[in-house]
Amino acid sequence: MTKRHQLKDRITTVVLALLSVAWVYPVFMILFNSLKKESAISTGTAFELPTAESFAGFANYADAIQSKGFLSAFWYTLVITVTSLVLILICCSMCAWFITRVNAWYSKALYFLFVFSMVVPFQMLMFTLSSTADRIGSSATVGNLAGKLGISVSKAAADISLLPLNTPYGICIVYLGFGAGLAVFMFCGFMKSIPLEVEEAAMIDGCGPIRTFFLVVLPILKPTLISVGILETMWLWNDYLLPYLVLDRTKGYMTISILIQYFRGSYGRVEMGPMMASIMLNIIPIIIVYLLCQKHIIKGVAAGAVKG
Amino acid sequence: MEKAIRKYWPVFVLPTLAAFLIGFVWPFLQGLYLSFCKFVTINNATFNGLKNYIFALTEADFLHSFGFTVLFTVVSSACINVAALAIALALTREIKGTNLFRSVFFMPNLIGGIVLGYIWNILLNCVLTLLGKPLMNLYAPYGFIGLLILMCWQQIGYMMIIYIAGLQSIPGDYLEAARIDGATERQIFWKVKLPNLMPSITICAFLTLTNGFKLFDQNLALTGGEPAHQTEMLALNIYQTFYGRSGPQWKGYGQAKAVLFCILVIAISMIQLRATRSKEVQQ
Repeated sequence: MTKRHQLKDRITTVVLALLSVAWVYPVFMILFNSLKKESAISTGTAFELPTAESFAGFANYADAIQSKGFLSAFWYTLVITVTSLVLILICCSMCAWFITRVNAWYSKALYFLFVFSMVVPFQMLMFTLSSTADRIGSSATVGNLAGKLGISVSKAAADISLLPLNTPYGICIVYLGFGAGLAVFMFCGFMKSIPLEVEEAAMIDGCGPIRTFFLVVLPILKPTLISVGILETMWLWNDYLLPYLVLDRTKGYMTISILIQYFRGSYGRVEMGPMMASIMLNIIPIIIVYLLCQKHIIKGVAAGAVKG
Repeated sequence: MEKAIRKYWPVFVLPTLAAFLIGFVWPFLQGLYLSFCKFVTINNATFNGLKNYIFALTEADFLHSFGFTVLFTVVSSACINVAALAIALALTREIKGTNLFRSVFFMPNLIGGIVLGYIWNILLNCVLTLLGKPLMNLYAPYGFIGLLILMCWQQIGYMMIIYIAGLQSIPGDYLEAARIDGATERQIFWKVKLPNLMPSITICAFLTLTNGFKLFDQNLALTGGEPAHQTEMLALNIYQTFYGRSGPQWKGYGQAKAVLFCILVIAISMIQLRATRSKEVQQ
């Protein structure tokens, strides 16, 4: 390697190092601001490190956790992300297998519809989706069904919704429908490259389609499952507008992204301290997961893009 | 085998299909229909023809947000792609610390749009205060620049990963052959690397353009469209039409705008894919 080359490499390293410092600085800034007292946080002093005087310890964190129900929001976000993810991975891989293996007009039509749904912006469905979810959630109750069948049930049982789309448990169905586009598209892309012979061998040996899928196809799909899982998790965990519109907030259902928005009060007053603490509480689990499996995440994104 | 699988369609297709019908197809069709109606809730819609569309196409705020979105999308896509490619080139030179740099640059992608918006709102407003300039939500050009910085910060890492994968998939023989023939580094970049990167460029351009057009969370959290709707992008404008106003006519206007927006995004995706696919190198 020539001397000029070495010098060039060194300069590149230095530039990249400076850039990476700039890249992590915003997160670091939120971290030290979240440790300041409320009175010490203002738009002009966000760059100053906390001093002995303005240092507030973890008071903001305690406030953020207690004042607006952070723990329940965290729990709901977790429930929504995990349940939707499991549903998307299992149902969509099954659906994609059907689409690639059954050569008929309707599987082509389905594939086209799924791809189409990837392009459509959420604003198109925003209003109708949230009111449909609301209506199904509140009208498809045990009581209404029992009334139609002419059975009488107790008051408590009558209020139980059969399809509670506006709760953190039912919203997963909406997410399955809305996240299906990307998942089916990616699974189909990969399944075309799986040799048919393997599955045929399994079938000849006496496996039914269900066993063939779960025992033969799903293990081969593992890398794609990871890629799809990562892309969908990044979306599910951080999604804001869909849960904001669909979840029934009168019952206290919300996600972390919605909660952070709540610290900006309605009259322009912002509770800066607790807000920054809740931002940190949102980022910390993400960074831990990232540090633990960054190799998979980066590989997953690259693989997803090649198929996309 | 095909027949056997076909029989099992209720197991394989039905769960996804049912959710897809509830979560996408039905709201989509209903939305399409409601864009021709005047309504407050879905049940009391009355047909009123093209009135909603005529209103949407003549409303100054909507047209302004369209212009703002186009300008922002073009500028941000160009910035993100050039920067991401530059960083990807630097990171494929096998210098020390490549993995660390790659991880750091990718990190902002994992953080949600609302959180990103607030982080940069605090940071940039502090810079502006120290410089004695008006805040982002008081002066639209700063809002534009702020949004640009935010989107670059978030997306460069993602596109960089795609470009790195693209650069690594170029066969080493090509580069070696070019070097033996006496090509300079610059010639190698323009004549060998860039043409072979075309698939990656297609994907990245497509992603940045559609992300720019669909941008909502960051826009809401950074400036909220202030001052006076001047930094409002299309998605936020539609949202405000739906939920920020009262009056029986606004929901219909919002739905008509949403349909126009949807057509626009689909059209861009199609044109873009066709235009760049044709330039790809056959390998």
